Amino acid sequence: MTSLSNLVRSKGDPKIIRSGPSSLPASDRMARNLGWFSIALGVTELVAAASITRALGMPGREGLVRSFGLREIASGFLSLSVDKKAGLWSRVAGDLLDLAVLREGLRGFNPRRSTVSTAIIMVAGITVIDILTAKAAGAVHARSDLKPADYGRRTGFPSGVTAARGRAAESFTTPRDMRAELPR
Amino acid sequence: MRALVWHGKEDIRCDTVSDPEIEDPRDAIIKVTSCAICGSDLHLFHNLVPAMMPGDIMGHEAMGEVVETGSGLNGKLKKGDRVVVPFTIFCGECEQCRRGNYSVCEKSNRRKDLADKVFGHATAGLFGYTHLTGGYPGGQAEYLRVPFADATHIKVPEGISDEKLLFLSDIFPTGWQAAVQCDIQPTDTVAIWGCGPVGQMAIRSAILLGARQVVAIDCLPERLSMAQAGGAITIDFKTESVIERLDELTGGKGPEKCIDAVGMESHVSMAQPDTIMDRAMQMMMMENDRPHVLREMIYVCRPAGVISIPGVYSGLVDKLPIGMAMNKGLTFRMGQTHVNRWTDDLLRRIEEGQIDPSFVITHTVRLEDGPEMYRVFRDKQDSCIKVVLKP
Repeated sequence: MTSLSNLVRSKGDPKIIRSGPSSLPASDRMARNLGWFSIALGVTELVAAASITRALGMPGREGLVRSFGLREIASGFLSLSVDKKAGLWSRVAGDLLDLAVLREGLRGFNPRRSTVSTAIIMVAGITVIDILTAKAAGAVHARSDLKPADYGRRTGFPSGVTAARGRAAESFTTPRDMRAELPR
Repeated sequence: MRALVWHGKEDIRCDTVSDPEIEDPRDAIIKVTSCAICGSDLHLFHNLVPAMMPGDIMGHEAMGEVVETGSGLNGKLKKGDRVVVPFTIFCGECEQCRRGNYSVCEKSNRRKDLADKVFGHATAGLFGYTHLTGGYPGGQAEYLRVPFADATHIKVPEGISDEKLLFLSDIFPTGWQAAVQCDIQPTDTVAIWGCGPVGQMAIRSAILLGARQVVAIDCLPERLSMAQAGGAITIDFKTESVIERLDELTGGKGPEKCIDAVGMESHVSMAQPDTIMDRAMQMMMMENDRPHVLREMIYVCRPAGVISIPGVYSGLVDKLPIGMAMNKGLTFRMGQTHVNRWTDDLLRRIEEGQIDPSFVITHTVRLEDGPEMYRVFRDKQDSCIKVVLKP
């Protein structure tokens, strides 16, 4: 992508020779991957709900699967956004919902019990990944627990605030195009 | 050379890139001695400003020494000169430049075709910013090519530290213009939303220009303590009602002058449902900017007051109460800063010791630590307010 963008630079513009390490921490990269996975899964649930319920031996739950698809897409966008922590925890909540619904597939006679069991193991695995990533992203982006610095001595005025008050007003006239006050 | 390069959302890297070259007789090359990360760089970091491209060099606050000049500078700049580079590139000759409206220079935007389509009419070229403003490589680098360098520079004397002068490039004149646009009177209350670097400069400017009281609004203790040090009365919007406190401070009439030093990424909080709606809409690309501060300013501003907007907005906003603003007869003034309109005066004030803008620097690091500092600054970690980079 960057070598492609080098092509559109003008002659004297610097062009990338070698790339350095990214500002994106590993947890954010993982959040991105999970976000795209969420969107792909959500779209699949929307367009192939009937196939999914058939595979799980849970006919009649197509509406629920489609609503879960919408939820996955929303979580995906959130995980790709700057608010990735919220996106990742919403994925965890979604995983728990998935597990609760899948458990129903183990009750009573279901010829697809083994498929449901496999799905439960997969969702449980993804839940662990989601929790670990959400925790890691939370830690990377958290404000420190230490007391915030007190910048109470940084006045910016070498002679103090009192001396600075109105000091520029003596020697500055607001330009005509920026005046607001009417003559009194 | 090394430079901080945008590769995508939240992805800045310290890359090795080719050195810039003179393209035009009016160009100059600067060896950068100091540069800084600006709050508006975070909008690019978040990919909220359209038309960024992977490979764009970041940074629009830089200063250094002239090391190469084009043949058309007419002696206005020579090798060895120490200069601060204003973030707005301007020709100095067009109708807008002659009026002092440098940030809307008619000639300096090399992507005028693109900008005309998006903005109706192109504005000036800016360093290290979107391709809508020319896509010029920025100053978070070891070297910077300055177009129209015969006009686009601020010559500064030796003997004053980089730290005192660097912010003439952007945040000091930006805070100053925000206050000047208010035409501050000795009876005025000036309310300033956002105590980041531009907010801090706006507070000091309003104090220097003689406001009766300056009120600063934020929620971060370190920023509020710095605002208070500069002479402001502070409001922590997480623990107090902004509207009630401003009414209390102004005898129920509201501040005459309001400054938005927040811009498009206002804080999202459960206590302010409109901010949640804005965030959701922004995420779904249904609006570009989160205008909570604008809504609050329009509501609280005294009728016939002034709203000054130095904070950056990029496109469309939703639910802006324009009817309220119209009926109250508010005046809006906004725009990118006409940097060189103010810098001679501001440089004199620094030299005279009226103000020392270095108070805002909380972190000074090497250029290669820049990518990490983008994250630290964005996450408000380590009480970070302003990062200076040393290439």
